[in-house]
Amino acid sequence: MSHTSLEERIALKHGAGGRAMRALIEQVLLDGIAPGSWIGADAMDDGAAIRVGEQWLVVTTDSHVVQPAFFPGGDIGRLAVCGTVNDLAMMGATEPLGLTCAMVLEEGFSRESLLAIHASMRQACAEAGTTIVTGDTKVMGRGEVDGIVVNTTGVALTPAIVRDAGLQPGDRIIVTGTIGDHGLAVTAARHKLGIEGTLQSDVAPINGLARAAIAAAAAGGITAMKDPTRGGLASALHEMAAKSRVGIVLEDRAIPISDAVRGAAELLGIDPLHVANEGKAVIGVRAGEADAVLRALRGHALGRDAAIVGTCVAERPGLLVLDTGFGRRLVAEPEGEPLPRIC
Amino acid sequence: MADAHAALTRLQFRDPERAAALVRALHRVTAEVRREPVAIMHVCGSHEQAIARFGLRAVFPRSLDVIMGPGCPVCITDLPEVDEAVALARQGIRLATYADMLKVRGSALSLADVQAEGARIDVVYSITQAVALARKTPSEPLVFFATGFETTAVATAAVILGDPPPNLSVLSAHKYIPPVMAIVSEMPDTRVEGFLAAGHAATITGWGIYEAFVARHRKPVVVAGFEPLDILAGLVRLVELVRDAAPEVANMYPRCVTKEGNLQAQQQLWRVFRPIGGRWRGIAHVPNGNLRLRDEWAGVDARRRFEIDVASLWDTAPPALVQQCICGDIMAGIASPRDCALFGRECLPDSAVGACMVSSEGTCRIWHQYGGHPDLAALPVDPYARRA
Ligand code: SF4
Ligand code: SF4
Repeated sequence: MSHTSLEERIALKHGAGGRAMRALIEQVLLDGIAPGSWIGADAMDDGAAIRVGEQWLVVTTDSHVVQPAFFPGGDIGRLAVCGTVNDLAMMGATEPLGLTCAMVLEEGFSRESLLAIHASMRQACAEAGTTIVTGDTKVMGRGEVDGIVVNTTGVALTPAIVRDAGLQPGDRIIVTGTIGDHGLAVTAARHKLGIEGTLQSDVAPINGLARAAIAAAAAGGITAMKDPTRGGLASALHEMAAKSRVGIVLEDRAIPISDAVRGAAELLGIDPLHVANEGKAVIGVRAGEADAVLRALRGHALGRDAAIVGTCVAERPGLLVLDTGFGRRLVAEPEGEPLPRIC
Repeated sequence: MADAHAALTRLQFRDPERAAALVRALHRVTAEVRREPVAIMHVCGSHEQAIARFGLRAVFPRSLDVIMGPGCPVCITDLPEVDEAVALARQGIRLATYADMLKVRGSALSLADVQAEGARIDVVYSITQAVALARKTPSEPLVFFATGFETTAVATAAVILGDPPPNLSVLSAHKYIPPVMAIVSEMPDTRVEGFLAAGHAATITGWGIYEAFVARHRKPVVVAGFEPLDILAGLVRLVELVRDAAPEVANMYPRCVTKEGNLQAQQQLWRVFRPIGGRWRGIAHVPNGNLRLRDEWAGVDARRRFEIDVASLWDTAPPALVQQCICGDIMAGIASPRDCALFGRECLPDSAVGACMVSSEGTCRIWHQYGGHPDLAALPVDPYARRA
């Protein structure tokens, strides 16, 4: 058995956004899909793009589960809308035409919670400038599903696609704000660590932010874009580096991290680079465009903490090197959910 | 849970400018030894963790060999000890232990293996949680599989002295660090010229405990903390002592460590435990390296309360892969994970073959996480447009 082969049964790590998940997608789910005709699942980008006249129709779908369903800073409804809006936006499709929403509920799920989730979906849609155009609801028996699962699908048109594989040596890497907020807020709430007070998920639709970045750069100035969700910044950059065949040197001290996240991560022995975000983008830009894009991002309410955090190099393609300020090391691809240190 | 504020204040020991000055000093004193390589050993997994996490090996002088010694309590817990826990669990006794201990293999099976077969094993963060568990189900025996060095042994001792619930017993696999340094020093082909001792263990034992070792083995010992600046300052001092052929103990962690240490904790430790000789996985037999409960505490000692049927495990053969694991050589400092055919392939953190891949302080795990020791300082990049 090699590390890319699959075990007989699906494990949690196969959904955690790292190497195991990529192997699952490559070996099972993509088997038999013809490459080439369209940009899509075979490129393992965040969504698929289909040519429609002069434009591209971008489609993406995602099922959302989160424990607990309500966490500091958001809930599963907001997460489901933002996740899909952001996946579209990361391909350059920043004006979603509409979303569909399918829910699977566990028998006994509270009506009040459902109403609250609905309200926050509407709120998130309003922030993103879109609506839910159709939906479906199923109820399953107790124990057959954990509370609630929300699937959202989104469609949008765009004249130009942004890929996550276009990085070249010399390109700068920008993150649009502090990292690690969502994952740590949820982890702290789930394990009831008593430090939740200071942690807040960043879950937000960032299509407007992405639009601002794209508008600020000359054509082709943005070479890659990705939202660092599961697996965090490390996973997103690994994937971008591997697909683009460049190395990425990250400067630790330039990476924006809030004090609350830094403190909690230190305490739990979790690397913030491995922690999920739900309202951030990683953007690769040509060096000459970096300042303009950074300015545009910082002018947006969701991008005030945007920063240039690294540079692409021709050396060590596919690898992520972290300059810690003390020395340098590689950053591993995360393997499954980061767990608090047991010590 | 401790507050995040305390964690934040630790960050003040991470000043890159001061680190750069220390790195320059380290290069200078290493060159002044006029002999290479200079080999020193740290005996603490947390040191390796910090060295790896901050990428310090990329800036160490090439002629300085910083060897990782037997510093991870998970890694050095030996097969017979894991076997005892596995056998107990299989006999239907409920067990509580740290998460890492589930994945470590005994002579054939790990606790995770028997858990999959239906044995009841609870993961706890500390012995206090095990006490709470025992209180919840007073009619059912619960065994806490206690691992770790003197730092964690003190916590176990405090619980035993503090009137634990009668259904709780302790299976002690605790280890005591100071004697293992003597073992390493006496190894016939050891290259180690000095030791970086673990700061957290020394908060308990005090740095004075190393004086006898230094007098006998004529090798310097420096007690150091775990922040990058602590480690760099500790290394500078240690190489200075090597350079000056000055076998003495230096305390470079005075903000936490005193000469006497924590007398109350020592008292508790030795009231509950007695040191006996025993094997450390991958190292050797270490005289006085294992901590066992004194006779006085027989009532809490799982080894005396239960008939542990270790022989029942003997007809299970270990998985074939285990035979390829070279953990022992790695812990002895004579091989690196790169030399293991399973590293990063069959052996990964969540499907660990050997103990070194299990704990966050295990060498293989650290290499997997942080990329080992590639030559990154030499990257021809000046990548950062430094700006606010
Ligand atoms: S991190 Fe793991 S190995 Fe290290 S002391 Fe804690 S439980 Fe033990
Ligand atoms: S990589 Fe795994 S199998 Fe190889 S020495 Fe390390 S722990 Fe053992």
